[in-house]
Amino acid sequence: MAGITNEFLLERLQLQFGQKIKGAEETFGMVSIIIEPGSILDMLTWLNTDNLLKFKFLTDICGSHYPDLKDQELCAVYHVQSMENNVRLRMKAFMPISNPEIPSVTSLYSSANWMERETYDFYGINFTGHPNMKRILNVDEMDYFPLRKEFPLEDATRTDKEDQYFGR
Amino acid sequence: MTTNIKKTDINLVEAPPGHQGEGFFATSIEKVIGLARANSLWPLPFATSCCGIEFMATMGSNYDLARFGSERMSFSPRQADVLLVAGTIAKKLGPVLKQVYLQMAEPRWVIAIGACASSGGIFDTYSVLQGIDKVIPVDVYVPGCPPRPEQIIDGIMKVQELAKNEPLRRRNSPEYQALLTSYGIQ
Repeated sequence: MAGITNEFLLERLQLQFGQKIKGAEETFGMVSIIIEPGSILDMLTWLNTDNLLKFKFLTDICGSHYPDLKDQELCAVYHVQSMENNVRLRMKAFMPISNPEIPSVTSLYSSANWMERETYDFYGINFTGHPNMKRILNVDEMDYFPLRKEFPLEDATRTDKEDQYFGR
Repeated sequence: MTTNIKKTDINLVEAPPGHQGEGFFATSIEKVIGLARANSLWPLPFATSCCGIEFMATMGSNYDLARFGSERMSFSPRQADVLLVAGTIAKKLGPVLKQVYLQMAEPRWVIAIGACASSGGIFDTYSVLQGIDKVIPVDVYVPGCPPRPEQIIDGIMKVQELAKNEPLRRRNSPEYQALLTSYGIQ
């Protein structure tokens, strides 16, 4: 079967979802679309069950922080793959940092369980409907989200470094 | 006594200073116990990364830590005398390390092997414990990234010196209790 082209993929997505797709671009040979946070579960379900596209594999969920984008500071990024057609798709959902909420997709993909917890752990994005929304890699007592840009990478408890030599 | 032993390649530990006469040898019990402790330290390896590999070489036949009386690795903390922390300790591992230390019986010693265990090393980051002395008291620090087996042996010999010269009452002293209290250990 001939692979599905990026143009066909984008056309079919826009036919189905129309205004819910707020932007699209092609980077590194891969379609990337910007979507509403609320529509993520509908879209992934449709992509999974569509007879032509068959995006049945969730590659990754991760987070991203853009401190300069007003009310769109946090971003959840979803990668899905159609093994049968050898096509990948990236979906980005932007959220305000004051209320970063997005529906969980664990009902569709069990593999999203770990990925969503990890994204919450590092960025504080709240996946509503996740069965166990708590930290997974960092210590439970941690009181911030370490990959947000306002927090320094270095540890505050370091004692053997002279600040003046290390630019801190 | 010692004069009857044939000269061989085997080095015996020197007797502590004392008074010797026909059929008796007198010294202080503190020195005898120190001698016994120092030459039969049972190590508990807590190895998480490359320093652990160097420690394995230290235990192997080339460097042979057994020559110093540390023949037996004690993988149960309850029978161990010296805790060897070799490698990066993530903050999430900190409570586990402390638990292992608490399970050891007194007298107990701790060696921090390598830069990570001593200070966090190159991992100056939010997820890594910046030196194990943030959670447990440390007796000897071995620098290096990773240290060579000779350095680890040197660290063990430093602990032997500590054990040999430690007063019997040290572990009951208010200073030692204050040290443990500062780590939240009773």
